[in-house]
Amino acid sequence: MSGFLAWIEERIPMMRVANMHAIQYPAPRNMNFWYVFGFLATIVLVNQIVTGIWLTMSFEPSAERAFASVEYIMREVDYGWIIRYMHSTGASAFFIVVYMHMFRGMIYGSYQKPRELLWVFGMFIYLALMAEAFMGYVLPWGQMSYWGAQVIVSLFGAIPVIGPDLVIWIQGDYVISGATLNRFFALHVIALPLVIVILVFLHIIALHEVGSNNPDGVAIKHKKGSLPESEKTPYKIHEYYTDKYDIADDVVPFFPHIVLKDLVAFCIFLAGFTYVLFFAPEMGGKFLEHPNFEIANPLKTPEHIFPVWYFTPFYAILKAVPDKLLGVLTMFGAIAALFALPWLDRGRVRSWRYRSGLHKVNLILFAIVFVFLGYLGGTPQENWKIIASQVATVLYFGFFVALFLYSKNENTKPVPERIPK
Amino acid sequence: MSNVSVDAKESAQTDKQPQDNTRRRFLTVATSVVGGVGVVGAAVPFVASWNPSAKAKAAGADVEVDISAIEPGQLIRVMWRSKPVWIVRRTPETLEALSKHEDKLKDPNSEAEQQPAFAQNKYRSLKEEYLVLVGICTHLGCSPQFLKNGAFEEIVEGVPEGFFCPCHGSKFDMAGRVFQNVPAPLNLVVPPYQFVDDNTIIIGSEAEVA
Repeated sequence: MSGFLAWIEERIPMMRVANMHAIQYPAPRNMNFWYVFGFLATIVLVNQIVTGIWLTMSFEPSAERAFASVEYIMREVDYGWIIRYMHSTGASAFFIVVYMHMFRGMIYGSYQKPRELLWVFGMFIYLALMAEAFMGYVLPWGQMSYWGAQVIVSLFGAIPVIGPDLVIWIQGDYVISGATLNRFFALHVIALPLVIVILVFLHIIALHEVGSNNPDGVAIKHKKGSLPESEKTPYKIHEYYTDKYDIADDVVPFFPHIVLKDLVAFCIFLAGFTYVLFFAPEMGGKFLEHPNFEIANPLKTPEHIFPVWYFTPFYAILKAVPDKLLGVLTMFGAIAALFALPWLDRGRVRSWRYRSGLHKVNLILFAIVFVFLGYLGGTPQENWKIIASQVATVLYFGFFVALFLYSKNENTKPVPERIPK
Repeated sequence: MSNVSVDAKESAQTDKQPQDNTRRRFLTVATSVVGGVGVVGAAVPFVASWNPSAKAKAAGADVEVDISAIEPGQLIRVMWRSKPVWIVRRTPETLEALSKHEDKLKDPNSEAEQQPAFAQNKYRSLKEEYLVLVGICTHLGCSPQFLKNGAFEEIVEGVPEGFFCPCHGSKFDMAGRVFQNVPAPLNLVVPPYQFVDDNTIIIGSEAEVA
């Protein structure tokens, strides 16, 4: 057996990669529950890919047949309903874990030097995920699929000069039509999943190059020769890391220690996921919106048009601005600001544990504002909500402005050299 | 053979003349340019295949509509290029009311090019009586609702009829003109159309200017 494994290893570095990225990867030992969401996101990605492949076996991507083929999956394919609900619940679950994952990065400063590119790759995954989710939502060809697509695609019409022609080019018709559905299907099942998988690969490679951050934001890699033997980790860590750095006695190998912790989180996640799957797959119209149980009708606008919940914060920002082009720019600006976070935060202390009270308040306020914007963007228009969403939009951007201003000379606590025992 | 190459190597080493890279550079640039043209050419089918197909273009052809059966105050919807087009037969009262709320409009004189030149007038139409509009909100493409017989009063005080977009609350009057303080930036689009006779409209093309 070992001879066979050696035969393989001489031809392709299976064990070397497994050692480098799992069995001998140094993970900070103080990682807490906030550090399970990357693992969960990977699990959900696998769920989406597997259930997605099975759905394509029965789905028909045409304006005439799409809606009926989804009904066929739900009613006539054996276990088709469970596969579809796994896919639709998985989409919402994906955004839940990704938002938690992003907020983790924000509170512990995981985007700060040297993890800027890691954060940027993550943001690109988030963007690709939004495009993927949007196009997937169009496929069942219900009323909300159709009118949601109408709203999103016409955002491009706000671009001066080329806007209207660009919209026709994206749609492949003068309106959202079967041509649009077909190309969205191609992008949803082939192009974007490939992009997402490649980006996830780059995200993990970048993570393992700079190393995992932790709730104290303390470095676990120290300059070569700076640590006495007694302070180095007793675990076997891969030469890739130990050749360049002294690894402090603050780490555990990723496998099995961190994986086991992640598996506990996975069980809890699975309990919640299956509860939704079996008892509330529509989540009261939040995961699957009620107008989508009616086939797309270009002549009848639903009374209220909302995107699915994970887009509603940005939708509220779009609606808050009374000018179309400015609204679109502000909405994309809200995402661009997140991209720029590593450069907007001029602080050198990562974790909020050692940063100022002002920073903690700013972060918590940002989270509240984001959720509040989500509420405003996902409920029917009322007069007070216009003002409220304008105030919330200002507060959203205010987070970044304030961070930029106070982070230069912030009143921080001393950060320990090593992870506190 | 090997002797020849060894000799060539030796002569190159002994020859201290600087290498002339002009030919090599020319070939590199020329190859890159030709290759680049090839890449652009190869991209054309992929980009162009996203345009509306011949079938979609054919479906976007002109539409002929019989308007003889429209009652005063009634709105009918027809499809043109898969878009809803409204034809409203306005009553004299409706036409008269148009001038009463112009102070509440963004673009009361239809200065923005949202209509063919023939419709840049007070009623935004060829014949006063018939209003022809693309029934898609200029904000984000939803289709506004027609509120009549005073139902629009709840939306804009003192205006009995109009169009209200349920998506983001944009409001338009009975000439498709947008009210102030709503997300829609522009008046509703008037499509090109012409009257073949008193009872027939063709949507999609205008009459030649005589």
